[in-house]
Amino acid sequence: MLKQTPLNQTHRDMGARMVDFGGWDMPVNYGSQIEEHHQVRRAAGMFDVCHMLVVDVTGSGIREFLQTLLANNVDKLKEPGKALYSCMLNPAGGVIDDLIVYFMREDWFRIVVNAGTADKDVAWMEQERAAHAPQLTIRPRRDLAMIAVQGPQAREKVWQAIPAARAATESLKPFQAAEFDQYFIGRTGYTGEDGFEIMLPVADVADLWKTLNTLGVAPIGLGARDTLRLEAGMNLYGQDMDEDVNPLEAGLAWTVELTSPRDFIGKPALLAKPVKMQMLGLVLLDKGVLRGHQKVATPHGAGEITSGSFSPTLNQSIAFASLPLGVAVGDVVQVEIRDKLLNAKVVKLPFARNGKSLINI
Amino acid sequence: MSIPGDLKYTKSHEWTRSEADGTVTVGITHHAQELLGDMVYVETPAVGRQLAAGEECAVVESVKAASDVYAPVAGEVIAVNADVVDAPEKINQDAYAAWMFKIKPSNPDDLSGLLAASAYQALVESEAH
Repeated sequence: MLKQTPLNQTHRDMGARMVDFGGWDMPVNYGSQIEEHHQVRRAAGMFDVCHMLVVDVTGSGIREFLQTLLANNVDKLKEPGKALYSCMLNPAGGVIDDLIVYFMREDWFRIVVNAGTADKDVAWMEQERAAHAPQLTIRPRRDLAMIAVQGPQAREKVWQAIPAARAATESLKPFQAAEFDQYFIGRTGYTGEDGFEIMLPVADVADLWKTLNTLGVAPIGLGARDTLRLEAGMNLYGQDMDEDVNPLEAGLAWTVELTSPRDFIGKPALLAKPVKMQMLGLVLLDKGVLRGHQKVATPHGAGEITSGSFSPTLNQSIAFASLPLGVAVGDVVQVEIRDKLLNAKVVKLPFARNGKSLINI
Repeated sequence: MSIPGDLKYTKSHEWTRSEADGTVTVGITHHAQELLGDMVYVETPAVGRQLAAGEECAVVESVKAASDVYAPVAGEVIAVNADVVDAPEKINQDAYAAWMFKIKPSNPDDLSGLLAASAYQALVESEAH
């Protein structure tokens, strides 16, 4: 039996094609996923992300606990409301999950984790809490729903739908959140566009979704969510990294804070491991579509695509590839697709931001 | 969308049309394109290639996924549709107009093994459950 979000019936009423996404019955597209992609880049679209899990950590000494639990350093979070993207590593340095942590008060941090990993994440956090910070409380918040509204018009549409949100969120900088009334709104997302992620009580989410829709915000399925995040150069857990992947080889070095003397879970293992691979972008020069697991031939050895698809913004196929050190931006490599070797150019990530292609080939 | 009654179908979601000259035109069904979504790449077989029935001979790729297209009957490829290679979205717009290739069947009797529209309709409905 697939799990359902509070918007399940609403998606069906809007004509969504539903798929099994990690045990959740989720909309993959409502019509053309390419049109949905453009809608987010050009105007505003909304995503059901209720399958993701909000976890509240409360008590005294959270900062110290999270400095050990997370590979990024929560000491960067000075102002209340500030958010940080981080990996949570296992002792071997592999990625248990990637997440966003919001600092609200010294006695309240909010963490948002992926759907497919939510149970193991909470179990791991709970185990670490019991061992090292028994005074803390870790509370999964399945009573909260979450939707993302993304695109150049997203914030304006949210302010029309929730008038009180304007005053509360107008001054938010990217990666900052505010709480007011029954809402928690962060200026975050997974598309490379401006916008908000909104958490609110489950009972209120369908009304907000419908209100946004009447204001011209289109529902966007997981299909376009994937091409948007790919263009934006954002990793997807389970495809671009997992428990067997070194984050320093998966384009996540910027999130692993190694300069401070603090010790965090996975740090000794990371420092002991040689880094041999790097994550870079590929743009296919020949006709075809790049996909995960395709082999890449380079003069420096073999690589592999971790995520690939068709980019509606570039109108070309793009991918993330794990490539040997030595391969450089501007190189042309060969990707094995069925029985052919096709040419692809190595590029810097991301491919697109704020509605525009960053690639010039 | 209704399933055209004048065509024959395969279990792997190809449609076929028997032409007056004895050749068979092949495409993928409306149902297949609906499952795959926005098409972005089409690869057709080489003209002159001899195909066995059920052989993988073409590829359609949507943004979401790649899917093989199989030869409905044995025969020789005598033509391919360059229009769908240049504009794969034509398959989304009208799957039954956007043919992919034509075969000269090795044995015309093989066509009797294909599904009638009613049988294909039943297959699509059974897959929906």
